[in-house]
Amino acid sequence: MPDLLLVSVPLQHVLVLGGILFAIGLFVALSKRNAIGILMGIELMLNAVNVTLLAFSRYVVSPRPLDGQVFAVFVITVAAAEAAVALALAVAVYKHRETVNIDEIDMLRW
Amino acid sequence: MRPAAGPAHHDGEQSLIDDTGIVVAFYILAATTVVCALMVAFVRELIQAVLFLALTFVGVAGIYIVLSADFVAVVQVLIYAGAVAVLMTFAVMLTPAADRRNSETPFWGPALILSGLVLAVIVFVAYDTTWHLDKGRGAFPATAASLGEAFLKPYVVPFEVASVLLMTAMIGAIVLTKEDEGDADA
Repeated sequence: MPDLLLVSVPLQHVLVLGGILFAIGLFVALSKRNAIGILMGIELMLNAVNVTLLAFSRYVVSPRPLDGQVFAVFVITVAAAEAAVALALAVAVYKHRETVNIDEIDMLRW
Repeated sequence: MRPAAGPAHHDGEQSLIDDTGIVVAFYILAATTVVCALMVAFVRELIQAVLFLALTFVGVAGIYIVLSADFVAVVQVLIYAGAVAVLMTFAVMLTPAADRRNSETPFWGPALILSGLVLAVIVFVAYDTTWHLDKGRGAFPATAASLGEAFLKPYVVPFEVASVLLMTAMIGAIVLTKEDEGDADA
């Protein structure tokens, strides 16, 4: 983008911010021992995707630029439903197994 | 003033986000958000991780405002910083204190490598692609009205499906956490 003014936020910086948040979320989701910690990583990744959607909605040529924001609202809706069910699962698993440590939740292990 | 279906177009000398205050706000918010997200990964107490996650959500809401998505920012504060953070605090409090450590599995090394690779790919793609930027676009005017119109016109079917999904999730959460009658005396 050669013809931008002196101070501006290029699209790439917003995308890199989304990428950093996504990578941190991926690391948290893959490395945590606690089921709630894993859920936090997933929420971080969903937020990173929303940042990217809104960045494209703001910057990129499109006949209907607000569609990115519509998608972001849908992502937030699904994330809320997912968080409610996943946390209910964590609580239910804790009631039956006395742990939320995913290393010990191995009923399906052969 | 009619809520525009599209963005307001300026005379061309204004190119996307270049107001000095907004640029400074973006970088401050981005730094805050990334630091808080890193604290989620590295802080040792799970409850502190939840609080840093709530701070991350607020920072991301600020980023949304910089990207001129005011309605989505409000929804983010309401649902993420409000509901999801409180839900997670509840879930942490419902598990025993001994399980509230925010420790890693032995696989944190490969996880770190994998997320580093994903970040590298994203950065490469972001800088290598030629994006078709809308140079003359100013900030969106208030988006709530046009978003509502989009939800009830072109996106009405996904909108209804989302409400069915939310109800299913609500019933599912209640069923999952309900005490079984058989377990009560066990």
